[in-house]
Amino acid sequence: MFDKTLAELANGLKTGEFSSVELTQAYLKRIKAEDKKYNSFITVTEEQALQQAQAADQQIAAGSAGLFTGLPIAHKDIFCTKGVRTSCASKMLDNFISPYDATVVDKFNQAGAVTLGKTNMDEFAMGSSNESSFYGPSRNPWDTDRVPGGSSGGSAAAVSAQLAPAATGTDTGGSIRQPAALCGITGLKPTYGRVSRFGMIAFASSLDQGGPMTKTAEDAAMMLNVMAGFDKQDSTSVDREVPDYTAELDRPLNGLRIGLPKEFFVDDMDSAIAAQTQAAIKEFEKLGATVKEVSLPNTALSIPAYYIIAPAEASSNLSRFDGVRYGYRCENPVDLEDLYKRSRGEGFGTEVKRRIMVGAYALSEGFYDAYYNKAQQIRRLIRDDFAQVLNDVDVIMGPTTPHPAFQLGEKTSDPVAMYMEDIFTISLNLAGLPGMSVPCGTVNGLPTGLQIIGDYFAEQKLLNVAHQFQLATDWHTQSPQGI
Amino acid sequence: MSLDRTDVDKIAHLARLQIEEQDTPEYAQNLSNILDLVDQMQAIDTTDVSPMAHPLDAVQRLRSDLITEENQRENLQSVAPAVENGLFLVPKVIE
Amino acid sequence: MEWEAVIGLEIHAQLATKSKIFSGASTAFGAEPNTQACAVDLALPGTLPVFNEEALRMAVKFGLAVDAEIGRKSVFDRKNYFYPDLPKGYQTSQLFHPIVGIGHIDITLEDGTNKRIGVTRAHLEEDAGKSLHDEFPGMTGIDLNRAGTPLLEIVSEPDMRSAEEAVAYVRKIHSIVTSLGICDGNMAEGSFRCDCNVSIRPKGQEEFGPRTETKNINSFRFIEKAILGEIDRQIDLVEDGGQVIQATRLYDADKNETRSMRSKEEANDYRYFPCPDLLPIVIDEDYIEAVRATLPELPDARKARFINEYKLSEYDAMVLSGDHHTADYFETVANAASDAKIAANWVMGELSKMLNQNDTHIKDSPVTAEQLGGLLERIKDDTISGKIAKQVFEVMWSDGGSADEIIEAKGLKQVTDSGAIEKIVDEVIANNSAQVDQYINAEPDKRGKMIGFFMGQVMKASQGKANPGQVQGMLKQKLDALVS
Repeated sequence: MFDKTLAELANGLKTGEFSSVELTQAYLKRIKAEDKKYNSFITVTEEQALQQAQAADQQIAAGSAGLFTGLPIAHKDIFCTKGVRTSCASKMLDNFISPYDATVVDKFNQAGAVTLGKTNMDEFAMGSSNESSFYGPSRNPWDTDRVPGGSSGGSAAAVSAQLAPAATGTDTGGSIRQPAALCGITGLKPTYGRVSRFGMIAFASSLDQGGPMTKTAEDAAMMLNVMAGFDKQDSTSVDREVPDYTAELDRPLNGLRIGLPKEFFVDDMDSAIAAQTQAAIKEFEKLGATVKEVSLPNTALSIPAYYIIAPAEASSNLSRFDGVRYGYRCENPVDLEDLYKRSRGEGFGTEVKRRIMVGAYALSEGFYDAYYNKAQQIRRLIRDDFAQVLNDVDVIMGPTTPHPAFQLGEKTSDPVAMYMEDIFTISLNLAGLPGMSVPCGTVNGLPTGLQIIGDYFAEQKLLNVAHQFQLATDWHTQSPQGI
Repeated sequence: MSLDRTDVDKIAHLARLQIEEQDTPEYAQNLSNILDLVDQMQAIDTTDVSPMAHPLDAVQRLRSDLITEENQRENLQSVAPAVENGLFLVPKVIE
Repeated sequence: MEWEAVIGLEIHAQLATKSKIFSGASTAFGAEPNTQACAVDLALPGTLPVFNEEALRMAVKFGLAVDAEIGRKSVFDRKNYFYPDLPKGYQTSQLFHPIVGIGHIDITLEDGTNKRIGVTRAHLEEDAGKSLHDEFPGMTGIDLNRAGTPLLEIVSEPDMRSAEEAVAYVRKIHSIVTSLGICDGNMAEGSFRCDCNVSIRPKGQEEFGPRTETKNINSFRFIEKAILGEIDRQIDLVEDGGQVIQATRLYDADKNETRSMRSKEEANDYRYFPCPDLLPIVIDEDYIEAVRATLPELPDARKARFINEYKLSEYDAMVLSGDHHTADYFETVANAASDAKIAANWVMGELSKMLNQNDTHIKDSPVTAEQLGGLLERIKDDTISGKIAKQVFEVMWSDGGSADEIIEAKGLKQVTDSGAIEKIVDEVIANNSAQVDQYINAEPDKRGKMIGFFMGQVMKASQGKANPGQVQGMLKQKLDALVS
């Protein structure tokens, strides 16, 4: 049962093969038994899940069920969930019971989904390995000595280890796609503005975007059908019709034009990953696609630009965590400054403090033009590169990451080495474009991902391309050993 | 760009972060490395490139001037570290 | 050495929207602490701002009223600093691209001269909450009801050279924002506050001296006092060989004095950058023209009309148009009484005196404009004299009622019956033979003055109700008859 996709589970619920309560109980039991190995959940919401499952079963019995009714999922612990701890994997919010639901959570609740719990992540989504979590790192189900990627590492590990059929994630610089690649699952970062950010705790507001993490592209389409849409509470949300993302899945890929950026094949990447990407491209050619080399000349600059813009926004976004209205407050502050400095100094982990300081520095007097303004200019160059290429091709493809999952602790002492792992993913966030990662092979028993990038609001196209690839290949059905 | 201890202290104060003294050198080193990384940007000529603050060229939507929020003090203050008579408490502020 | 003061002002006007600038919480004043602070106002994790269209419209109205450039594309920036009444750790403001650009207003000084003062800019921002320092020992209480109330910060050019000019400027801005209906102008409640930047320089010198900023002054009187005091302080300091240090001073409303801030003065580094949660506000010509079409008559135009239409003096017109409540009141009275001059005299005289004595704003006057207009009508039609009218007005003020009701109830109706008046006149002449003899023997050109005595006696005898014109005529006629 645990290897079933959302689509298959939906069918099982519909045909009465099992009830939502049975399904939910099975997952809860499995989480309890297995998650010690992966640490993929921060909070399991057993009681609430069973209540939601009961309500879903009643709806199914009454014939008023929707497509998502009764399906269990997990939420990244960055989404506010009413009455449930929402920690962002930080000591700062360890005691924070959200008084409200994020729009994404609300949409899933309205659709009848069952929330199994809240998944582990890098603290405030800052990281590519899940090692900055206050609750300890989540582990890669393919090799528990290795990282699941980040920041949505818990969601990726949970889906990969079959502790949840699907989960939500957020992606600021690759935080859905990179862990999806490293854990051998499917992840989609939608166009900026497609999914509401209301109630999704902000890391870098102009880059953050929520999206689905699933076993298959078809499941991602089902999830996005629930998640996407205009939200009047989010000024950056786009008021644009939401198509049925499952509607175009079966369209053949004849004539699909694929661009392969030469900058996505760099010297210091794993050569096996480059080879697998090429192999995946061959599959697409078999499916009728044409491939040409393209150039995104400013790709290498996306890392420096990102590591100014994201920390700058973060330094400001995280100022609200001051120990005054909610969250961690230090013991016995002697004065206001002590309250601020110790609450924040003790409440935030090292990587978060590091990024806040980088951001504060980049915005400080005398440096704004050289850093922040420059980064925003480069951001436009990067966006323009994509715009030009997407005039000629339908989708851009390349590897999601330069390497497969690395060892826990391998890069923690060298933040810059860790940042370099985001080289292929972060340019999309700067441009605001949608991108997916789908499993496309393994290297030494570790999964790797193919990244598929499309034009603004081309999620339907991406899902179609990914689904056709998954019909032709079986990488996405492979599971870690013992699962 | 290389940051020293004093720089780290200054930035930490600006961001209201307590950094333990023994950790300062490591922060200084890591922040300097990050700044070296981002300094790659300086090699690119961006004259006449207008900065891009948002990924989409969208404009601000306007909200009608309506009161849509009710008093939720009890609910919202249930997560507050220190509250009395409906006020959030902090150590005495000296202006 | 002769010194010259240079003054620039920053005015914070709370915009009179129903809800906050970025949330749907109420902006009403005086609620229980934190009952009007919603999740967005408290900066709960994950909450986001959405901009209030009315705040935009109000800001554009102001811009048009001061003949300013309107920002076709304005942008919200974050001003980052930590303070407990600032929940997000930044204030959403507009630094780089404000909604209102360069404009100007004209002020009139006491000697009747006009001076043009530049408005550098006006930008939208959110107000902070309130810190209550005295409620708990060793602790400060934070009330965030005010957090997120829309503010228009109006920044002047450093064009003012005296406290008088500064006050005239503030009054004019106050009059504009209240006339526009975009701010209630209530200074006691903090709806309209002023930061004064003051420096001195030797007369004739081009460059500015170091300035001090006195924050959050909330009365016209204190703006004047604070500026005068600060100019004196700076001159004394420099003449004693000292230097003015650029600093922020605080206005203490209780003590009515300024003091330098006690906390150690840090160089502020606000790390401004465009707010990524809000998009640029883009408005077009159509929008601006639609707003322009809704502009009410502004103080300058109203003053000109008062002079033309009501034939008021320049001074009266200025006083009566200075505040739109006063102007509205005056116009209602003038129309009811069909006499602008008498209406102006009463509004600026008797009414203004009573309002001052009772520390009441004209908009809360217990005597409505309609009531006062009715009273003046009775003077005009000789039902009562001006003197009796004052009595009626006092009753109106304390007990209410229309002029007719009070006149009727108190029997104050003027006596115009010439038989009745003649009877009193005859009595007075009969009872004051000594004064009558003096009158008869006086030089003819002195007699006019002497009639005053008899007038007084008649009015006294009639309890003020005799029609003074009739009495005067009759006395003259009867006394002059005795002369020949």
